[in-house]
Amino acid sequence: MKLSELGAFELLPMIKRKEVSVEEATVGILNKIKAVDRDIQAYITVTNEHALQRAKEADLRLNEGKPPRPLEGLSVAIKDNICTKGIKTTGASVYLEDFVPPYDATVVRLLEDAGAIIVGKTNLDELAMGSSTESSAMFPTKNPWDLQRVPGGSSGGSAAAVIADEAVFALGSDTGGSIRQPAAFCGIVGLKPTYGLVSRYGLIGYASSMDQIGPMTKNVRDCAMLLNVIARHDPKDAQSYTGEPVDYTQFLIPDINEVIVGVPKEFLNKGLSKSVKDAFMKALNKLEGLGAKVVEVSLPHSDHALAAYYVISSAEASSNLARLDGIRYGYRAAGCEDSASMTAISRGKGFGSEVKRRIVLGTHILSKGNFEKYFNDALKIRSLIFRDFEKIFKECTCLVCPSSPTVAFRIGEKIRDPLEMYLSDVYTVPPNLAGLPGISIPCGFDEEGMPIGLQIITKQFDEATLLQVAYTFEQATDFHKKKPQLQKYDCGSESTRGDRNV
Amino acid sequence: MFEPVIGIEVHAQLKTESKLFCSCSARFGASPNSNTCPVCLGLPGTLPVLNKKAFEYGIRTALAFNCKVAEISGFDRKNYFYPDLPKNYQITQQASPVGVNGYLDVVIDDETRRIRIKRVHLEEDAGKSIHEGGDITGAVFSLEDYNRAGVPLLEIVSEPDIRSPKEAYEYLSMLRRTLLYLGVSDCKMEEGSLRCDVNISVRPKGSDSFGTLVELKNLNSFRAVERSLEYEVKRQSELASENKEIIRETRHWDEEGQTTVGMRRKGLAEDYRFFPDPDLPRLIIGESWIEKVRSDLPELPGERKARFIRDYELPEYDASLLTDTQQLADYFEEAAKEYGHAKTVSNWIMGELLRLMNVTGIGIESVKIRPCDLVAMLKMIDKGTISGKIAKTVFEEMFTQGKSPGDIVKEKGLVQIADEDELTKIVDLVIQDNQKVVEQVKAGKDRAIGFLVGQVMKETKGRANPQMVNELLRQRLAGEN
Amino acid sequence: MRLSKEDIKRISDLARIELNEEDESLFAEQMSGILRIVNKLDKVDTSGMDQMVTPTGFTNVLREDIALPSLDPKEALFNAADREGAFFKVPRIIEVD
Repeated sequence: MKLSELGAFELLPMIKRKEVSVEEATVGILNKIKAVDRDIQAYITVTNEHALQRAKEADLRLNEGKPPRPLEGLSVAIKDNICTKGIKTTGASVYLEDFVPPYDATVVRLLEDAGAIIVGKTNLDELAMGSSTESSAMFPTKNPWDLQRVPGGSSGGSAAAVIADEAVFALGSDTGGSIRQPAAFCGIVGLKPTYGLVSRYGLIGYASSMDQIGPMTKNVRDCAMLLNVIARHDPKDAQSYTGEPVDYTQFLIPDINEVIVGVPKEFLNKGLSKSVKDAFMKALNKLEGLGAKVVEVSLPHSDHALAAYYVISSAEASSNLARLDGIRYGYRAAGCEDSASMTAISRGKGFGSEVKRRIVLGTHILSKGNFEKYFNDALKIRSLIFRDFEKIFKECTCLVCPSSPTVAFRIGEKIRDPLEMYLSDVYTVPPNLAGLPGISIPCGFDEEGMPIGLQIITKQFDEATLLQVAYTFEQATDFHKKKPQLQKYDCGSESTRGDRNV
Repeated sequence: MFEPVIGIEVHAQLKTESKLFCSCSARFGASPNSNTCPVCLGLPGTLPVLNKKAFEYGIRTALAFNCKVAEISGFDRKNYFYPDLPKNYQITQQASPVGVNGYLDVVIDDETRRIRIKRVHLEEDAGKSIHEGGDITGAVFSLEDYNRAGVPLLEIVSEPDIRSPKEAYEYLSMLRRTLLYLGVSDCKMEEGSLRCDVNISVRPKGSDSFGTLVELKNLNSFRAVERSLEYEVKRQSELASENKEIIRETRHWDEEGQTTVGMRRKGLAEDYRFFPDPDLPRLIIGESWIEKVRSDLPELPGERKARFIRDYELPEYDASLLTDTQQLADYFEEAAKEYGHAKTVSNWIMGELLRLMNVTGIGIESVKIRPCDLVAMLKMIDKGTISGKIAKTVFEEMFTQGKSPGDIVKEKGLVQIADEDELTKIVDLVIQDNQKVVEQVKAGKDRAIGFLVGQVMKETKGRANPQMVNELLRQRLAGEN
Repeated sequence: MRLSKEDIKRISDLARIELNEEDESLFAEQMSGILRIVNKLDKVDTSGMDQMVTPTGFTNVLREDIALPSLDPKEALFNAADREGAFFKVPRIIEVD
């Protein structure tokens, strides 16, 4: 196994014991990026110099005898809709192509303070709107398991980077499934925390009432480690949870004997592909075999979740993105006569189709006469869905369902039909509406070798249970150990410093 | 006969250290864009966090205006594009303002009028656009300064209860006075910390229908509000009496021409697409929070005036004038308590003090005479150390020099001459020098004695005790017979 | 309800986005499809339900009124497409109220 392939929980002790320097570990990742990213295109920006400098500083610290920090020397990829001071943050939009934030997102501060090394900014669907990373204005990211396929989205770049060992772990953001669906498509672990657990400050807002930043990792243990650092109260986000910090690694105990697993019957109907259903059923058996009690439950309003989600998220997005007006930052169309037309033309040219469609849809939804009919109604349905979940969690410890109805689809397959594309979020959207945490973990492969994800959902702020169930399943299976065959893209630098075998 | 129906919206900037949703300074007058941060510039990813003091100022004001304070209050987004609005939405309180259904009592010609207040709510201010060339229509480009963007504003909306330009003026004065008493705003119209928009329509007197609404803008003083309304009432009444159409529009007050000028038709109402701001949690304002804010409320102008009339037995006029500002009222009260005879204190403040303040343009907060100095001076009059006339000179000296009355009297030798022998000498001298007048007095022209008194005062530079001079003169003149 | 190209034009004006004709037609088509599904929400019985703006329902989150240093105006202006001195510069503003 090579250095770059190690998970955080394996690499960190080596760094602590100084068996590997931070620089070596970082170079290993940067070399891997050099080797494979031309094909995968997970990154929009690779922060070579920044990373190397930070790595050297970290080594210096360690050599001075300072105690290692919780994520010392671990290379992290940041989704490019999370602001990084002095590092371009594009949101994969033409509009923000040259935007250099004068401030760090809170999560970025927390990561760097914990010793993590930012190696780059990853690709996404433009401004996080999409489920395939194809709507990126830069380029589509390829799924490392099959370069003809999408990595999922919108955090497709982060998911691809993690599975291709172009980062130890990554941050994604999830408004309707944007962490969990690409995690499933790429065969990694992706956690969308409870709304409010992780600060949104510095995350380019899409739908403020649902946006969450979360970890995307090679395994559940890494996920807990990363969550430990980013789950902190932030006075800059008024929706931030004020509870005491928790050490999530203490819940990594393979024991689900007392756990009652609910399976929403509505999620096993139409649209679910056979291979995903088969893998899911096997996963259920596995959970039962591990001691959990599996029961069928009902989410009677889940049929309406997707529609309510698109109403609310588009409405919020139309307002959140109004600030992109060509004045204080971002793209400005040249030669405009007056400021109103400057803004209209800049937005017309600066945004891609998906973003424009959602802004226009959201504007329509909020406009006179429609607000009551669509928006208020959707907020009430949101209450209904929340109540459905509440009822279930009175009898169940957690819910499980597939992360997505299908495995990763082919590039170009769904991009023409937004409705078809939206359906790939059908299982991930309800937790966002209700603010619940959800995790996607690998639970199998289809006949073509594409990974399949299992989603676990718990009640709000019960990430502990979520991680324990996920960990128990993971430890009893080998899906997370399988890697896509990327050797052919490796530049054969077996002996190169920083990518040595371990 | 037509009567005007007037409603007023006031925007007052709150006197907080920081902005409504970020920690930038809210102070006026900083160099362009130096009071800005990622939040108030509306950079992607930034979030608002509500300023506690600003919100409590909202509750405070709502209580002062007798509003019902919301049990649950929240913030909404008002979406519209304008270059001075960084997020292209304004965070405001549409659905659940901090206060509703209040009123403000205004006294006009000894009659109390109750103007209902529809709502009091918080919102963020926009930045400032400078139109190059000064005129928006002629400008080629505009420059944006976002220092003001995000400064907390309180919007106070009246019901259309105001029935005359004068009432509008008095309403605004009372409103401003109240905000100043509350300490929530500087209310400086010249700095834009107080702004008002006025709506006016006319209708036949006695009718309860509403006419076509006209909005007045560019009102830079309360006088401008009054004048523009006078103009509008006349203009609209004339149109109405001739059965001509009144156009629903915004009209600009032209200060120079003292007229209002139509700007444009109020076209299709803008669609602001209000919705609750998901970034800002709701506020539950419990009874205990309201009581805490209420217990911090200062005595309000109306209450203080009533108390001055009651406790100090002042005439209504005096009490009104003295409670115009909190500082003046404090000044009066400190002196009155120490001195005892409140009306005398009131007379000196309303007479000499306000006159000197007017002449010099000095505000009460910079007046050098301390209330205790005023009292000391009044006591010197009472004791006969100085005459009332001399006291005016002493007071002026106190006003300009800031010295105590005792020092001034000493330095300038202004102590009253009440020594009989000394005065007798002077009286005799005056009689000797003014024989013609003396003859007239003796001939029965009693009033001529005043001239002789005057002469004595002149000789003593006003320091002679006038009563004694009078008596001595009469004695001597009688004795000469 | 079907949205026409003209509807899309009116809405995109409100959203201040200039669309080309092709997008206008495409969006009219696609948004009509989305709204067809959204319209089904109408049939859900939501009586007695509150409007859930955010799922966690936190309340009374306030910060103390303390002024902290702002950005250096140079940083504030760094990303602007056009500026003059310490101001952001925009093409002329046509007042539309």
